Amino acid sequence: MEVKLLTEHYDKPEFKNIEGYKKHGGYEMLKKAFKMKPKEIIEEVKASGLRGRGGAGFPTGMKWSFLPDNGETRYLLCNADEGEPGTFKDRMMMEKAPHQLIEGMIISAYAVNSTKSYIYIRGEYTQSIRTIEKAIKEAYEAGYLGKNILGSGFSHDMDVYSGAGAYICGEETGLISSLEGKKGQPKLKPPFPAVQGYLEKPTIVNNVETLAAVKYIIRDGAAAYKKYGTEKSAGTKLFSVSGDVVKPGNYEVPLGYSLKDLIEKECGGLKPGRKLKAVIPGGSSAPVLNAEESYRATMDYECLAQMGSMLGSGAVIIIDDSRCMVDLLNVILHFYHHESCGQCTPCREGTGWLEKIVTSIMSGRGRPQDIDLLDTVAQNMKGRTICALSDAAALPTISFVQKFRDEFEYYVREGRSKVTGKQLRRHNNRGHHAEMHH
Amino acid sequence: MFQLSADGKKKVQEYLKRYETKRSAIIPALYIAQQENGGWVSPDVVKHLSEVMELPMTHINEVLTFYTMFNKKPVGRHHIQICTNVSCSMAGGHDLADYLCERLGVVDGEMTKDGRFTISRAECLGSCDTAPVIQINIDDYIENVDKAKLDQLVNQLK
Repeated sequence: MEVKLLTEHYDKPEFKNIEGYKKHGGYEMLKKAFKMKPKEIIEEVKASGLRGRGGAGFPTGMKWSFLPDNGETRYLLCNADEGEPGTFKDRMMMEKAPHQLIEGMIISAYAVNSTKSYIYIRGEYTQSIRTIEKAIKEAYEAGYLGKNILGSGFSHDMDVYSGAGAYICGEETGLISSLEGKKGQPKLKPPFPAVQGYLEKPTIVNNVETLAAVKYIIRDGAAAYKKYGTEKSAGTKLFSVSGDVVKPGNYEVPLGYSLKDLIEKECGGLKPGRKLKAVIPGGSSAPVLNAEESYRATMDYECLAQMGSMLGSGAVIIIDDSRCMVDLLNVILHFYHHESCGQCTPCREGTGWLEKIVTSIMSGRGRPQDIDLLDTVAQNMKGRTICALSDAAALPTISFVQKFRDEFEYYVREGRSKVTGKQLRRHNNRGHHAEMHH
Repeated sequence: MFQLSADGKKKVQEYLKRYETKRSAIIPALYIAQQENGGWVSPDVVKHLSEVMELPMTHINEVLTFYTMFNKKPVGRHHIQICTNVSCSMAGGHDLADYLCERLGVVDGEMTKDGRFTISRAECLGSCDTAPVIQINIDDYIENVDKAKLDQLVNQLK
């Protein structure tokens, strides 16, 4: 069963505008938050067990408490550079409930004593950018942004920044570089952004869904929020389900929800006559689960980690028995090769080699040793780079080869897909498209 | 030589003041200049922006070459970007791209001779529940696309 905290009013068009939003209790939690001390809010968020909803799952309250107490300007950045393949939950929220994000951000900014925030939205999201810009304007006019908000003595300015097409800017230090008007290349940590971030000032970077959830923690209290989910995965989570299901879409369920139920009850099951083959449970950087694992999985941080995968951004891609896994891995690897920022050798070279090897297999030129070569290259890319993009290409590769080795072996032996019986040479004219960042 | 319009120049000046540093205005300035230059950023656009913004050309080129939404060569009036990432390719994104390239007689990234179209395969656009999805220029998405819808679009766009 869905539990609708963040998505409760998605079906009401008036929720987009400030008047409609206020009709449904909008900005009341900001007033409540102003009656609390900032430290109390941080403690409440810590106690709620909220973890970052963008992919890494880092405890939000803990992230906030890393800010140094040195009197420097503090920035709050909302990461709306939603780019993890399969994910479309943040776009939906910005388009259907922009004020919910803004209210969550003002509360969070008050908690961490930040005077300036940015919502960094990927450039392709034209509709999100328009909607958020309009909502920020409305919030200023209503006195929820600007100087001395609602007489609280707290002042805060908020602005939008549009990206320009680079997956890597979803990595928090890449996002900061991009906002500073540079290449969006990630930086080594430490120093963490909380200590040295945007313009080298203390900076908090949180995902859209994370910041919106803060509002509901203030509304219901940490204890009530924690009632949803499991011990280590508190609260509700938005899952973007796509692929081979009857009703793809965004679904909000408590963490710990059964993946089988998500597929069958929320998404209307598989298409008629089809069997489940695999699920990518947390965006394309999450290692794939086979059908047996998928039917046992619960959607929380600990279960998916135990299965060698991850919850990631909550992008669930359902794959039925009509799909060729060699082909899907090729699509995934083309993406990571295209998006590698190029500064670390294992990633820049490794993503290219992985794609080349799978493309070679797909064109019928694969050699038997190529299958182990994929694994060897991927193993050497793990944990050796500044950011997680290298692992995001390596880990799915290892899981695809391990769990669907028979499909790779068949393709190499027969020169065609075990599933479709055909040679899938669809990437041969992509030369012009493969425009690298490096 | 490329020159920003008076309105474009005014907007760039506003962006220069809007953020903490001038460099942050490069992305928005490139969007404005790209649009005024027929959809792509030529070397003289960079030179002009460098003068208007009083920033070194290297700073502008750094941004231009890193981000995929800036075109470094001429594109057609309608730059059709077809998502071919996981969910969209499962829904036929690659087939649509192949079909359109064949119909227009171009390969990926190539402009049609009449200057109307450029076709590209795009990475995940974040609309996977309505796959396959396309984006034309920098505009709102067109969802649940099939060959018939694509044909209709191509016939309409002049």
